[in-house]
Formats: sequence, structure tokens, C-alpha cells
Amino acid sequence: MTTTETSGSRPFGLVRHSAVLARRSLVKTRRNPGYLINGVMTPVIFLVLFLYLFGGAVSGSTDNYLQYLFPGILVMTTSLSGMLATGLNLNLDVKKGIFDRFRSLPIERAAPLLGSVAADVVRYVLAVIVLFGIGYALGFRVQSDPLSTLAAVLLAVAFGFCLSWVTVFLGVLVRDEGAVLTFSFVAFLPLVLGTSLSAPIDTLPGWLRAWANVNPVTHAMDACRALLSGGAAGDAVTQTLIWSAVLLVIFCPLAVFAYQRRR
Amino acid sequence: MDYAFQAEGLVKRFGKQTALSGLDLAAPAGTVLGVLGPNGAGKTTAIRILATLLSPDEGRAVVGGFDVVTQAHRVRRLIGLTGQYATVDEELTAFENLVMVGQLLDLRKAEARSRADELLRQFDLRESGTQRASALSGGMRRRLDLAVSLVGRPRIVFLDEPTTGLDPGRREDLWRLVRSMTAEGVTVLLTTQYLEEADALADHICVIDEGRVIADGTSADLKRIVGGQTIVVRPVDPRQADVAAEVLEQVARRRAEPVHRGVVTVPVEDDRVLPEVVRRLVDADVRLAEFSLRLPSLDEAFFALTGRAEEVRR
Repeated sequence: MTTTETSGSRPFGLVRHSAVLARRSLVKTRRNPGYLINGVMTPVIFLVLFLYLFGGAVSGSTDNYLQYLFPGILVMTTSLSGMLATGLNLNLDVKKGIFDRFRSLPIERAAPLLGSVAADVVRYVLAVIVLFGIGYALGFRVQSDPLSTLAAVLLAVAFGFCLSWVTVFLGVLVRDEGAVLTFSFVAFLPLVLGTSLSAPIDTLPGWLRAWANVNPVTHAMDACRALLSGGAAGDAVTQTLIWSAVLLVIFCPLAVFAYQRRR
Repeated sequence: MDYAFQAEGLVKRFGKQTALSGLDLAAPAGTVLGVLGPNGAGKTTAIRILATLLSPDEGRAVVGGFDVVTQAHRVRRLIGLTGQYATVDEELTAFENLVMVGQLLDLRKAEARSRADELLRQFDLRESGTQRASALSGGMRRRLDLAVSLVGRPRIVFLDEPTTGLDPGRREDLWRLVRSMTAEGVTVLLTTQYLEEADALADHICVIDEGRVIADGTSADLKRIVGGQTIVVRPVDPRQADVAAEVLEQVARRRAEPVHRGVVTVPVEDDRVLPEVVRRLVDADVRLAEFSLRLPSLDEAFFALTGRAEEVRR
């Protein structure tokens, strides 16, 4: 037998292996763009519907309302992409044989997870670019500077990334892909809509205001809104970052643990 | 002796079910170990433990000198695994699957691509290299799966029922591949439900049942236990089955197994007893509707080894 010692010598294994697996995930998205289109179109549908349904009532005109609504839709986009894609893809991997293949290879156990989530980040950025294009076509204008805009996008992506670990965990834990999908959908509604997305929080009834106030998605939306409109963003940004860190610290290890325990 | 892998006293339970109850397996380097057993005997569980996908509840296993639990990462550098179902990404092409695994094994991109080309050629998949795995036929997917598990030139290869569901012609192709692997010094563990397959490929065969080895030896050893061939007799009058069974037992000196409605079988070492059987049946005035000689089936092997029909467990 030819004795080429496979592997072992090259450094940064986890990063390289995750990148290889991220590329795999993106190739699949390119061939099968349904989820990506879904991840972009759902927020766009909400954007257009809310804009013309509530614009007049909430802000007096659709133009003003668009300035209010758009940053929230930005956060909805990144949250939704992560919630729908990662957990589901991993769930399918686990069920098909490819999961065994990865586990029998000398790669870090976390590499398939990281690869999948990293590919999601690329998908978020694509979704955000499309969203900005549509927003601009409808009349949305950034009121602040490019740096703040970049900060808003990064914050939305970072938040979506951290939130996605919740569905990664579920995707690995739960056997049935339908259950993952149902959970994502059911959680999506109160999590993303029970926020400052469509109207300022002070206008909500007490119980809903209480929920919206503890809901991390509200902070992310407020932070992006402030960053894009040139308002004071400090508090909301800090809270979003804290929430993101908390989600990541809890659910990333849980997901990796559950992944390693899967037979 | 220098074992490529060795498992001792493996026990694995899934809830109340015991999949393995003290399994011992070992194969010297460069040989093929055939693990023969019916569905649910524990074959897949054993392979998954040796391939580091499962930890045993008791016992230990060493592969290539490394413990499968505490040194799993070292073990994974040495092994290739082909599961019962194809473990490839169905949305990627055959070529992309091979390159991906090559890169995960730390080959540089160019190396991974040339290795992928080489394997596509070797496995007769060159024309299908650009097709998505989901579009390949069952047999091609099996071959791709095997090719993927050989990307890293593993020293030890685990094949879990590699030919289940393949056409007979394709099965022989796969046998040829296994033989060419062992010719290069690779050690192979092969599970199968087919006696014929173990006979064709394995240097040593373990028959397992209910999670432990119930017989092991070379193919010739097992044939001595099971009988190399089986005589099948069906009297015209089903009521004469008892007489026929008595005759068969006298000649073969083994228990004859009444299969169903008047058919009696008995394992024999070779066909030299045939004339004797015929003569005695004629003497006993048994008229025959069917009389044949064939290789023993796995069912018969189990009957011979365990004294009970395999159907009992199903």
C-alpha cells in the first residue's frame, strides 16, 4: 500500500475543515436556492404588507413609516435565515448517512456545525444586500453615515448568528425535521413580531409591552433603527451584544454537546 | 500476533435491548475478517464501535494500536467506513464528494482533486463524476461510497453489508475491489448476511448471533460444522418425510431439518454421500418429487450452529 500519511501535519484544522464544510453548504444553496429565497422573501412580504397596511395609521405616511419599519425588517431577515436554515440542514445531515461520514473522519467534532453556521453568515449577508436593494427601491434612505450602516448590518448578522444556535441545538436534538420546522415557525411569530418591529413599544398594551421589553429581538431592532437613523444607539447596542453573547454561550456548547452525543 | 484491530468483551445496550453481549473480534493485518449474522445480530453495532461512532458500555477495542474510546482521533486517521446506506452528500456530485473528503483529510486542493480523479477511474465512475450523487443508481452510489471511504488510503476498512441490495454482477465487481485492497495490505472487516460472500472474501469468519460470536474459523472450518452442502429431499408423498429424514440422518450423521410440508434438508461435507442417500431412499421405497444438492443458506448455518431456526427471532 502507498503510505502517504493522510492529514495531521497542516495547522488550523478546525478553521480549514469548517471552511470546506461551509463551501459545501453554499454549493448546496446555489443548486437549491429555495430556502435562501424564502429567507429573503418572507421579510420582504412583511415589509411591503406592513408598509401599506399600517403606514398611514402609525406614521401618517408610508414614507415616514418605511424609515421606522426597515431596520426591524433587517433584523427579521437575519433572525429568520438562521432559524430556518441551520437547524434544518443539520437535522437532515444527521438523518442521512453523511453525518456518520463526518464523524468517522479525523476532523474536529464542531467542524460540521461551524461550517454550517459560517455558510449561514454568507447567506445572511446576501439576504441583507437584497433587502437593502428592495428597501431603497421603495424609498428607504439611511439617515446616518456609512460606518453606522455597516455597524447596523454587522449587529443584525451577529445577532442572527447567535440566535441561530438555538435552532442548531434543536436541529441536532430533535429527530423529526417537521418538528424543527414547526418550532422555528411558532417561535418566530412572538419572537420577531412581539417587538418594536411594527410600532413603538409605548403604544402596546401592558402585557405585550412587558414581553417586547424582555425580548432580545426588540433590542436588536432598536439598535439597528438608531444606527440607521442617526439616533442614540448606545444602550440598545450594548443590550443586543449582551443578549447575543448569552445566547451564544448557552446554546453553542449545548449544540456541540448534543451533536457529539448523537449516534 | 500483530492485529490490525481487536475487540474484547464488547457490550452495548440500547435501553432494554442488548445489541452486543461480550463480543470478541480480531483480525491480523492484511486479512479480511468476515462477520456473518442475521439482521439484528449486532454486526452494525460492532462496526460502529470499531469506527469510533459509538462507545461500548463494557469491553475495549483497539484499532491500529489505538483505543477507540480514548484515542478516537488517532483511530479515525487509519480507518475508512462504508455504511449499510451510502454516506455521501446527495446534492453534491461524485467528484465534489471525493474532493470534499480529501480536503477534510488535509489534502491540498490539487491533491484532493487528483485523488478524486484517480478513484473515479478506479471505481469505474468517471462518466458519472459530474452527476449529483442523488442521480446515481444504487450500485454506483455504493461504489462512490466505497471510493469516498478510501480517499485517505486507510489501512483498515470497515464495510457494513457492502453488497446488500446489489445485483449479482455488481456484487462480484465489489468483491474484486475488496480483493485488490487486501492485495495492497489493507485490513478489511466485512459484515454480510451471505455465506457465499464471506466464503468468497474472508480469510477468517466469525458467525455472530444475539451480540456474541457463536462460531469462528476459516471458511473450511465452518463448513465442517455447518456442512459444505445441503441435500434437499421432497418425497412425492409428504407423509414419507419422516422416513426420508431418518435416511438422511443415518447417512449424514446429523440432524435433518424438516423445512416445510414434506421437504427435508440435511447438511453434508461433500457430495460423495449422494449415491448412498439415493440407494437407501429407494430401499425404503420413498419416491422422490425433488432431490437436489446446494450450498447451505445462512438459515441452515444458524440451524446447525444454534439448533434453532432463524425465523424464531424475526
